[in-house]
Amino acid sequence: MAQHSMAAVAHAEDEFHISTGTYVRIAVILFALTALEVGGYEAARRPGVPGHAFAQAWLTEVLILLSAAKFALVAFFYMHLKTDGRLLRWVFGFSLTIAAIVILALVVLMWYMLVYAT
Amino acid sequence: MSAAHAEALEHPTATGIDNRKLAIWTFIGSECLFFASLISTYLVYHARMKGGPGPYPHDPWTAPDGRVYEQIFEIPLVTFGTALLLFSSFFVVMALNGAQRGNRKQLLTWLGLTIVCGLFFVGMQVYEFTHFVHKGLGYTTNLFASSFYTLTGFHGSHVTMGVIWLVTLFILALRGKLPKEKALNLEIAALYWHFVDVVWIVIFPVVYLMR
Repeated sequence: MAQHSMAAVAHAEDEFHISTGTYVRIAVILFALTALEVGGYEAARRPGVPGHAFAQAWLTEVLILLSAAKFALVAFFYMHLKTDGRLLRWVFGFSLTIAAIVILALVVLMWYMLVYAT
Repeated sequence: MSAAHAEALEHPTATGIDNRKLAIWTFIGSECLFFASLISTYLVYHARMKGGPGPYPHDPWTAPDGRVYEQIFEIPLVTFGTALLLFSSFFVVMALNGAQRGNRKQLLTWLGLTIVCGLFFVGMQVYEFTHFVHKGLGYTTNLFASSFYTLTGFHGSHVTMGVIWLVTLFILALRGKLPKEKALNLEIAALYWHFVDVVWIVIFPVVYLMR
């Protein structure tokens, strides 16, 4: 019985454990996303490069999306938020929400002052 | 000391999460707000200047006084530093994996690589700052410079603290004082290191790539 329950615990631990293969895959994806970011930046700078017009028009949006994806991958897999329990996800998520509000509020406020108050 | 014995010595908590782990996550949460303030300050100020290198570091720029300034960022170098910082996150999870399995060789190898990456990143920033100062971009040259140095300087100081933290753990592991029962000590340091990495994931495109 005791052996059975220990086996059950070990099985549960295996289920929550992120494998080395997953860590390697995440590292490769992070590297590829960074290469895409820099590639997009270079494409936007150099006329005649394939995708130049698209990169010039959408560079900021693409960079925001790519960095958000990289951020999420590191937080969920390397920081183990995916497996470490709901409370920690709430603590981090709450802080991130406030941080995003701080950035948005300050940028909007300064933009408003620049456009309407000067 | 067996793993079961070590587990029995731990304090039970209402949350089921080790207090130290909850504390580092709360600290990371407060750091999010700190860096959000610095990033928003940079976003507001980086383009509001009247002279000196920047604020459009991607292209040559003519200041109101008629002087032309070339771009100052060295994107290939910073990209290399960024890649190393990303890989260091992978290295530290591998070190943690080794610590949790009681594999000392794996722990020392990957932790050593993480420290080397961190040191390179700090060295890259020191070189970059020195290079900028030689090009005439001091801390008080313009608003771009002040907000840039404050944001990236605070991040660099966090990386330096992380390197010091990891070096102390490396020395402990070298002396055999980081057994698998104490792997949580490395896990907490690793969480801080990953946080430093995710902050750079935001700073790199905001400062170096966006127009």
